[in-house]
Amino acid sequence: MGEEELYAIETSVPPNPIEELLRMDRIPHIWCPGCGIGSTVNCFVRALQTSNLDLQKVAVVSGIGCTGRVAGYVKLDSFHTTHGRAIPFATGLKLANPELKVVVYSGDGDLTAIGGNHFIHAARRNVDMTVILINNMIYGMTGGQVAPTTPLLATASTTPHGNFEQTFNLPFLAESCGAVYVARWTSFHVRHATKAIKEALSKKGFSFIELLAPCPTLYSRRNKLGDGLDQMTFFRDHSEIKNGADTKSVALDFQSKIIVGKFVDIERPTFQEAMYKHLKEKFGEKYVPSTEMSNVYGKN
Amino acid sequence: MHDDSGVLTGAHFVDGDHACCEGAIAAGCRFVAGYPITPSTEVVERIAERFPFVGGVFIQMEDEIASSIAIQGAVWAGKKAMTVTSGPGFSLMMEHIGYAAMTETPCVIVDVQRAGPSTGLPTMPAQGDMMQARWGSHGDYGIIALCPNSPQECFDLTIRAFNLAEQFRVPVLLMMDECVGHMIERVNIPPANEIHTFKRRYYHGSKSDFLPYKAEQDMVPPMIKAGEGYNIHVTGLTHDEKGYPNMSVSAQAKLIKRLVEKLRVNVDAILDYREEQVDDADVIVITYGITSRTAIPAIEQARKEGLKVGHFRLVTAWPFPEKRISELALKVKSFVFPEINLGQMVYELERVVKGNAHIIHVPHAGGTVHHPKEIYVAIRESLKG
Repeated sequence: MGEEELYAIETSVPPNPIEELLRMDRIPHIWCPGCGIGSTVNCFVRALQTSNLDLQKVAVVSGIGCTGRVAGYVKLDSFHTTHGRAIPFATGLKLANPELKVVVYSGDGDLTAIGGNHFIHAARRNVDMTVILINNMIYGMTGGQVAPTTPLLATASTTPHGNFEQTFNLPFLAESCGAVYVARWTSFHVRHATKAIKEALSKKGFSFIELLAPCPTLYSRRNKLGDGLDQMTFFRDHSEIKNGADTKSVALDFQSKIIVGKFVDIERPTFQEAMYKHLKEKFGEKYVPSTEMSNVYGKN
Repeated sequence: MHDDSGVLTGAHFVDGDHACCEGAIAAGCRFVAGYPITPSTEVVERIAERFPFVGGVFIQMEDEIASSIAIQGAVWAGKKAMTVTSGPGFSLMMEHIGYAAMTETPCVIVDVQRAGPSTGLPTMPAQGDMMQARWGSHGDYGIIALCPNSPQECFDLTIRAFNLAEQFRVPVLLMMDECVGHMIERVNIPPANEIHTFKRRYYHGSKSDFLPYKAEQDMVPPMIKAGEGYNIHVTGLTHDEKGYPNMSVSAQAKLIKRLVEKLRVNVDAILDYREEQVDDADVIVITYGITSRTAIPAIEQARKEGLKVGHFRLVTAWPFPEKRISELALKVKSFVFPEINLGQMVYELERVVKGNAHIIHVPHAGGTVHHPKEIYVAIRESLKG
């Protein structure tokens, strides 16, 4: 086959339907072969495409790290902030313009170590945002250091003799702080994850999805767990779907069973609903909400 | 009672913290995130009281780190925004001063200075954060810092801080101190239509192939607001005109040089200083903030005794009025520089004076203000020989 014919075949491939929401001028991305982050972005984009959201009003906010790069690849208003601070940035964005749909997309170390305090308080206040946390159980960008999510006895570059720190159970953390929606899936469960993201996007309040993803370069290799495909096989064979499971019971251990599913789906007033309602009751006509607040909360 | 714009027109007897709050409202600030810290708390307390009636949103965040980035989220959603703190909180905000500088997010950060380091003297004054204001965040960037010396100026300069932030797309620091923050004086608030506020410049052009970080003639790019379909990307990474990360030596040089140069080329539009009897002075007392007032009795006493003493007050501490000071350095014998720190802005003075005049620093470790006598003694000392 001549070179021209080869090109002809390649160009006849129809574009991937998710391309319309990706910054194709920034592809190829930086993620390693076998990394699970890209699969989750695929789920996220498909969830957006099948949602009824006005995509012009969707903003993605990331912190720093491998998952922090997501904001740079999605063709939406996107903010790549500082390490751990995606949630407070998103809080400002949302409070200033509640007409926006704000999604925080970041990693386990970013959101629950350096950004842990912000995570707790945004969940407590029930600030209206969807938080998608990619848990690869390690600090990837900096070279495989231990994270709050690293399982006990796993090896990381800063726990070369094995990790002896207690591991964060993130669904339990999110629920106990007040999240209205809590789910966990893996990058193997692309349909479930897509549906969960779509559901979370439709919730009012602080919705949280943990997505486990392989880090073949730094986590799997160091722990002799094979490559990305081996981790995906592990996710397939060792996940158990338990919707409504008590989040206390879903902690992760080293290569243990992974409980996945939707654990929490409740309603409670968001921070801004509460603000609007309280001030309206207290001051009546004297209360002057911002135009954006009136547009969103003044309709009832 | 405020008018529709929220401006509390009239004469008021308030402290600097309260005046700062009113200045922010008059400037059009409608988002404030803060965390309690003495001696700045009164600013956000008044904001919390006032905002429900002027269309503002206030949130008390979990810490100063969160406050200093929440305001930037609000700016990208289209609001003018501010946070307020004191030394320990200011230290925590350094990261986001850098983020605002790098992403060109216009915002105002108020630091009501107290004595440090660390927890220091929470309820007592100092001017110990002046170099931190200039250099506190890592890397190279330009910054604007203003120093009010009265409640009236807390009002006026808060408005100016917002205007400068909007005009040049930089974080602007209002460097108050505990004395100015808690000093109660008359504050005149003009009618809204007499208050100049800089309207944010927005890009309204094509949504495809546009360059959000392409600077205009004044080296400042216009802003874009989230939610309008521009699919803007904002990053603290080194980026190109498109806003995309670019890890090259040339992209770094192009961006960082512009961030620094945009203030340097516009320095005359930014600088504000007050001179009094400097033209035939043998000695000039340089001051900023509260020291400008403790120096007055010393200057008056020395003048009574026939000494030719000028007074030069820095209203903008950063950028520093290099050109004017270097001119004056060729005319005077000496400068006397009282500061409530053990030597900060005096290093900038030394750099600019280049040995052309004698410099006497009048240090103070903080906790109170200088006794005018200390400044008087320094004036006399400076003219010996």
